[in-house]
Amino acid sequence: MIKYIVRGTLLLALISLTGCASLSIEPWVKPYERQNLADPIMSASRHPIANMHVAHVLDAREAARGAESTEGGGCGCN
Amino acid sequence: MKLRFLSALKFVVTFSLVINFALSASLSQAAVLGAERLDVLYHSYEGGGMKIDGPAILLRKKATESVVVTAYYYLDTISSASVDVLSTASAYTEERNEGQLGIEYLHDKTIMSLNLRQSDEDDYFAQSLSINVSQDMFGDLTNLSMGFSYGDNEIKRNGDESFEEESEQYRLRAGINQILTRNLTASLTFEAVADEGYLNNPYRTVRYIDNSIPSGVGYQSEIYPETRNSFATKISASYYLPYRAALFFHYRYFSDSWEIKSNDVELSYRHPIGESFEVELKLRYYQQSEAKFYSDLFPYKNAQNYLARDKELSDFDNMTIGIGVTYSLPHSLSFGSSRSEASLQWDYIDFNYNNFRNPMAEGGVGNESLYGFSANVIRAFYSLYF
Repeated sequence: MIKYIVRGTLLLALISLTGCASLSIEPWVKPYERQNLADPIMSASRHPIANMHVAHVLDAREAARGAESTEGGGCGCN
Repeated sequence: MKLRFLSALKFVVTFSLVINFALSASLSQAAVLGAERLDVLYHSYEGGGMKIDGPAILLRKKATESVVVTAYYYLDTISSASVDVLSTASAYTEERNEGQLGIEYLHDKTIMSLNLRQSDEDDYFAQSLSINVSQDMFGDLTNLSMGFSYGDNEIKRNGDESFEEESEQYRLRAGINQILTRNLTASLTFEAVADEGYLNNPYRTVRYIDNSIPSGVGYQSEIYPETRNSFATKISASYYLPYRAALFFHYRYFSDSWEIKSNDVELSYRHPIGESFEVELKLRYYQQSEAKFYSDLFPYKNAQNYLARDKELSDFDNMTIGIGVTYSLPHSLSFGSSRSEASLQWDYIDFNYNNFRNPMAEGGVGNESLYGFSANVIRAFYSLYF
């Protein structure tokens, strides 16, 4: 699985190097149609300090880790 | 260890320069850095015989138009009389200090960030560094991100000066965030984590049947493998409801080389009330299977090469119900022209263990009732936007 992430990383670098990222693809949601998505209530990181605490609480008590937007860390496990 | 940390830092800096050079090839409309803000938080966790609380502070400040610096401090004051501690040791108290420093750099549609983190306890010292790069593309409908982290940990055992172990962790992640409609975005994130070194908890023991002693049960130290590799995939969606409210969905699947598999699903809803209030409701379910070397009660001493009776490696599930309220403070209660908010969040988590028995319960060895507990988690915080 790690190799897929490495491949993805290389692909992203390649896309950028070749300038594909600036291709004039017609966006189907225009910039002026994104006011709902830009509303603060839609922000997953509306309360970053609270998200960091939630991640830490779960990290110490569950075996699963990774693919969260914030990192927990440390122990506090007993 | 310091050398390894420095060489990892060198690798990350080189990696980031290369990626930045690669990403700077694209030009046009700019991405944006997040708002400048200060958050001050009090947190509390109480459940299963543990009480953990303390303050945290997070500062996010622009250094220039394209550079933001972040600083984070977090303190845990831990008072533990959990089932693991009470069955084989005595209650204890300790503190954990954590500090983080970060820098974010914006260049056209690319945001790069570097984060250094240190966590310090009497018996556990951890340092890590992370690098993340994200890039808007395809008319800014798509955002691709990737990141790498390296951490090293020094593990000690209180009361045993000769005990000193180490472990290292590598993390590699990638994600895509996609605007699907004017009201819907979705994202897919992958993260691989590899650990190497001493991965046990140095205080924990496993129990085994021992008919040669009156209690009928003996205890020996846990033995874990020295490597662990895991992979997690998460899919998320955010939906804007027509009456100005937001719905969030997350699902994550996790598996590792210890044969633990887990699923967690979360649904949350954010709803403004009037001009000043915002309410958030959350429901989360988590379920995992046990590690292949886990047992609640081994048949005899040294029953297998690897031994664990850590309830975090057992088969269990938990359910979280959460509610939060955010209040936008009037200008008279804020600083100058800055905007500020006060928030309170409460999570109730119910843990049910399916193969971890409470050794202090009645019923005889191996027939005690299954363990379970609930926890209350509270966060009260103040956010200042300047």
